[in-house]
Amino acid sequence: MSARNIFARPARIAAIAPYFWMALFFLVPFGFVLKISLSQTAIAQPPYVPVFDLTQGAAAIKAAYAALSLDNFRLLVSDDLYVLSYLRSLVVAVISTSILLVIGYPIAYGMARLPQRWQGVAMMLVIVPFWTSFLIRIYAWINVLQHDGLLNKILLALHLVSAPVVWLSTDSAMYLGIVYSYLPFMILPLYATLAKMDPALLEAASDLGSSPRQAFWLVTFPLSLPGVAAGVLLCFIPIVGEFVIPDLLAGSDSMMIGQTLWLEFFTNKDWPVASAVAVVLLLLLVAPLVLYDRLQRRQLEGVR
Amino acid sequence: MTGQAGIMTEDVAKAAAEADSAKPEPQAAAADIPLLRIEAVVKKFGGFRAVDGLSLDIRAGEFFALLGPSGCGKTTLLRMLAGFETPDEGRILLDGKDIARILPHQRPVNMMFQNYALFPHLTVRDNIAFGLKRAGMSRSKIDDRVAEMVALVKLEGLEKRKPDQISGGQKQRVALARSLARRPRVLLLDEPLAALDKKLRESTQLELMELQRRLGMTFIIVTHDQEEAMTVAGRIGVMDSGRLEQVAAPRELYEAPASRWIAEFVGEINMFEGQVESNEAHRLSISTRAAGTIVAAEPRQPVTKTNVCVAIRPEKIKLSRRGPVSDAVNAHAINRLEGVVTDVSYLGGVTSYKVKLDSGAVLRSSMANTTRLDIDAYSASQRVVAWFTPDDCVVLEQ
Repeated sequence: MSARNIFARPARIAAIAPYFWMALFFLVPFGFVLKISLSQTAIAQPPYVPVFDLTQGAAAIKAAYAALSLDNFRLLVSDDLYVLSYLRSLVVAVISTSILLVIGYPIAYGMARLPQRWQGVAMMLVIVPFWTSFLIRIYAWINVLQHDGLLNKILLALHLVSAPVVWLSTDSAMYLGIVYSYLPFMILPLYATLAKMDPALLEAASDLGSSPRQAFWLVTFPLSLPGVAAGVLLCFIPIVGEFVIPDLLAGSDSMMIGQTLWLEFFTNKDWPVASAVAVVLLLLLVAPLVLYDRLQRRQLEGVR
Repeated sequence: MTGQAGIMTEDVAKAAAEADSAKPEPQAAAADIPLLRIEAVVKKFGGFRAVDGLSLDIRAGEFFALLGPSGCGKTTLLRMLAGFETPDEGRILLDGKDIARILPHQRPVNMMFQNYALFPHLTVRDNIAFGLKRAGMSRSKIDDRVAEMVALVKLEGLEKRKPDQISGGQKQRVALARSLARRPRVLLLDEPLAALDKKLRESTQLELMELQRRLGMTFIIVTHDQEEAMTVAGRIGVMDSGRLEQVAAPRELYEAPASRWIAEFVGEINMFEGQVESNEAHRLSISTRAAGTIVAAEPRQPVTKTNVCVAIRPEKIKLSRRGPVSDAVNAHAINRLEGVVTDVSYLGGVTSYKVKLDSGAVLRSSMANTTRLDIDAYSASQRVVAWFTPDDCVVLEQ
């Protein structure tokens, strides 16, 4: 008992620290955003009403509280601009994540089966692009994809096309940019689960009559599912909120929710609607996280 | 092998081979063609010859052990039998057909893996059924076979557990059931008991023997544990540097080792180098620097060189205060060596002594503690006579 007391205080402080961090850098800012989403836009500084002013006394705070409304959220549902943006974001995220999984899995699998000394090199090759700014890499893609860019020059030189192809400002360019940027986030968690898998399991599967293809689907793939889940979430969630890549590479005819949010905030200066968009986006993204958490918990309980 | 310690008759060494051939081995006599024939198999890893021109016949229904130090190639040989490695040279014949280049999943051979390699995402039942499903068995037949296997290895009630939810001993049983479920022509066991604690390992060895006898199947076990090999196997192949040094029944391996290396690898032994001085009536007189002249029985294979080793197991060396007294023993030429006890290790069933001979050489002797009282015990710095008969000696060429 005394041993427990010795460790109790520092241990408790250490346990509280992440909650404190969460409160300070997530919950408090989220509280501000939530409050603004319940306000109305105004030509003022700040550009919304009501404003809670603690110096004005209890009656003023009560009045400000009464002025809050859900009008902005009603707007999000009634105007299909927002609904369509959310849908497009989800569709883009689902398609991109699927492409990422299909490309990332074989790469991760290949890396995990390399001789030990080459695995580190392969890992470096995956990570090295991060040493260059993300924005610069996207601009580089613009350069490659533009009308007289590298891609069209090569295609023309090989006589694969007779005239330059329009790549920029298309969905293809956007998917290319997203897949290119997020690939490491898919590969690394997959590689981590595949690399620690006991090769004897595959030998056992083969010994018990599985062809290499059967062994993959019956043993390797099921055992890599935690890595698949991690990679999918790590890509899906930020892609839903992606702003830079669609803004620079995709056309302007349909917008992802990140672009809509940017538009409301900076062009329309409508902070309350932009905040409401952000709150709904957050709620949408929490859903898959909760699902993942529950799945993982069930798996742990199964083990116990 | 300290359990065999004590006073043994001099005929033991000679009788060793005959006694073992009389040991029941089901189906062994039935077939002249061996079930498994390994012919001049070579496996190279880079420039290293892991298995170096090895030939071996294994009969149907045999429990065969491959014994050797780590890196001797025994696991590589087993993996070639399973199909995980392909021999660079030579043939592996199963029922007369060369299987050396057949893929593992197409061989009628199954393996029990060292760390069991159970599928962590499948239940005990699904682990055992894994190979049966691949064989395209019907669902009802699979259910029957799984139930049979579960009963065979006494795992009733654990069918729905995952490998993480059962003990090490239970995992070992699941692995065994899984590898037996397809009724392989040959079951390969790669250090199957290495992960179990000593008590459990010993009881499992007996169960494994009992199982093998009941099923009449051919088992090949790889182990580095001599006692395990001797306990379970009818024949043992001792490997070193990719070659078989000796293939023999456990008793012959221990009492009549084929080479100095085998003698020193299997069990404890006292080794004296010397020269053959004379050979009279099947008694060799060998003069050694460390132990004077030793009279030893002539080995079955006549010695051709004069430089030899005399090897004597510690339990064959008896200690006494004055020398041997028994009349039966006196009738033979007795080797006596005098010295001082330097170390006494009481191990329960036996006591192990180190005796420093007057020549300076150290002799090991182990004596069974046949009585509770310590009337036979010797203490350190006590002067003793160590004695052994000519039949206790194994003469090996250097």
